[in-house]
Amino acid sequence: MPPAPRPGSAPGQRTRAGAGTALGLGFATLYMSIIVLLPLSAIVWKAHQAGWSGFWADVTTPEAWSTMKLTILLSIAVALTNIVMGTLIAWVLVRDSFPGKRVMDVLIDLPFALPTIVAGLVLLTLYGPTSPIHVTLAYTRPGVFVALLFVTLPFCVRTVQPVLIELDRDMEEAAASLGASRITIFRRIVLPNLMPAILAGGALSFARALSEYGSTVLISGNIPFKTQVASVHIFNQIENDNVTGAAAVATVLLGVSLIVLLAIGVIQRWSVRR
Amino acid sequence: MAIDVSHIDKRFGDFVALDDVTVEIADGSLTALLGPSGGGKSTLLRVIAGLEQPDSGTVTINGNDATKLPPQRRNVGFVFQHYAAFKHMSVFRNVAFGLEIRKRPKREIKQRVQELLELVHLEAFADRLPSQLSGGQRQRMALARALAVQPNVLLLDEPFGALDAQVRKELRVWLRRLHDEVHVTTVFVTHDQEEAMDVADEIVVMAGGRIEQIGSPDELYERPANDFVMSFLGPVTRLNGRLVRPHDLELLASAAPGAVEASVVRVVRLGFEVRVELLVNGSDVWVQVTRDSSERLELHSGSTVYVRASETAIRPAVPSIATPAASG
Repeated sequence: MPPAPRPGSAPGQRTRAGAGTALGLGFATLYMSIIVLLPLSAIVWKAHQAGWSGFWADVTTPEAWSTMKLTILLSIAVALTNIVMGTLIAWVLVRDSFPGKRVMDVLIDLPFALPTIVAGLVLLTLYGPTSPIHVTLAYTRPGVFVALLFVTLPFCVRTVQPVLIELDRDMEEAAASLGASRITIFRRIVLPNLMPAILAGGALSFARALSEYGSTVLISGNIPFKTQVASVHIFNQIENDNVTGAAAVATVLLGVSLIVLLAIGVIQRWSVRR
Repeated sequence: MAIDVSHIDKRFGDFVALDDVTVEIADGSLTALLGPSGGGKSTLLRVIAGLEQPDSGTVTINGNDATKLPPQRRNVGFVFQHYAAFKHMSVFRNVAFGLEIRKRPKREIKQRVQELLELVHLEAFADRLPSQLSGGQRQRMALARALAVQPNVLLLDEPFGALDAQVRKELRVWLRRLHDEVHVTTVFVTHDQEEAMDVADEIVVMAGGRIEQIGSPDELYERPANDFVMSFLGPVTRLNGRLVRPHDLELLASAAPGAVEASVVRVVRLGFEVRVELLVNGSDVWVQVTRDSSERLELHSGSTVYVRASETAIRPAVPSIATPAASG
């Protein structure tokens, strides 16, 4: 039997990166630097203008601390909810057929396509003090949570859906003929194959929730120590001419985003190896 | 009988996939379901496995009525054309899957998987992922996975369909040997008559959702039930409206009883055999002769010969309805 080909082991494949590739790489790096790295560095630099102790003082003011804690915890909750509900919705859209499926498929993207301030207004109208359904979530943490769920709805659905469509149904049938129950098939065959997409969707939801401003600014009421999210806090700091304070909180959010993305990368690799 | 399929009907919308199909598959046999694509053979295999529910009829496996049983409880091994490898699991864990589901002790699983990997010559690849295997290796892994649970029957759906010609032939021989070793009742689907004749003890010819004929390779070749089976199992030509194998036609230099006059259109040499294209009463006929007889008759385009079917010529049991008043 000939040995199996190893992926990427074709001789000379890697050494053949020509001038075109180098040019492409150069441009990509330059573009990324100008668009992403430069502004990010500027923020980190700004935050450290007052040195480590100044930075530490800025992020540990009771208000900054509270707003960051709230934002990060809410973002985690939003990511987890989306991981479950987004996967479920994607499953229903791909595997079931029911009347109104196409409408539902289009509706999924609406919260994302809507200007976020409009989303906020929509939610305030429904859950505000004059709520037509008598559910008042305005100016409460659950209100902020609902607003974040609203705008992050498509992320998990849209990352999981294409993977689920491409998923080889033969695998599930093979597992069934080997005696696996439906639950076992889902847990041991389907879920591991969806995991990278689910995690990517979760990460996107988390990042979006962390940065969300427009949809929460109306419904949260921006009550410090209660419903004020980090981006609103940053805005207020700038309004009050405390630019280093704003930059400090921004840097923390940046760090958290980076850690989450890295962690998900590690988990994805680990889940593929297993 | 290991598998007893009785009066199965299956429709997909307006399309009739299986039309009153009845077939018995003997214990320990190696059977091919042969036919053109869309003929219902894969559907029949999936009905036996429980992956498809028939509209009516019954499926009995080892004497138990399995018609209503889900695939999980039929204890059949199923091998798919495109391997259906669990791509997130190593080769070892793929093969172990069915045993893990059955909650066998770890030591037993390890030993059994090791044996199976040796049987399919993949013992060195236990820790690889399916993506690191060639097509042939993946299919052997899929076979080991199906055999791991000691199935009552092994069902293979176009198992070599996705492989290139060389690997296909190797695996064909290998499957035959494996079956002689393991003796599990095996049914495989193919549209390749050579593959079916080469591997199977018994061939079920299917077309249009119906069974055309069941028999050993020799029976099917020598006593085809009808025109379809005859033309599906080997080369055919039509003389005086009746099907005949091109090598069962005799060419004569002069008129003889039962022979009709023909003019040679083209003589094609294909190594040992010669393909002679004729025009008989305005219709095309082709004859397969040896190089010797071609030279003896001095065949060239434009020459006149006399052609007739040999006395031992194979004919379908039921000639086609379109036959005009024809000579034999």
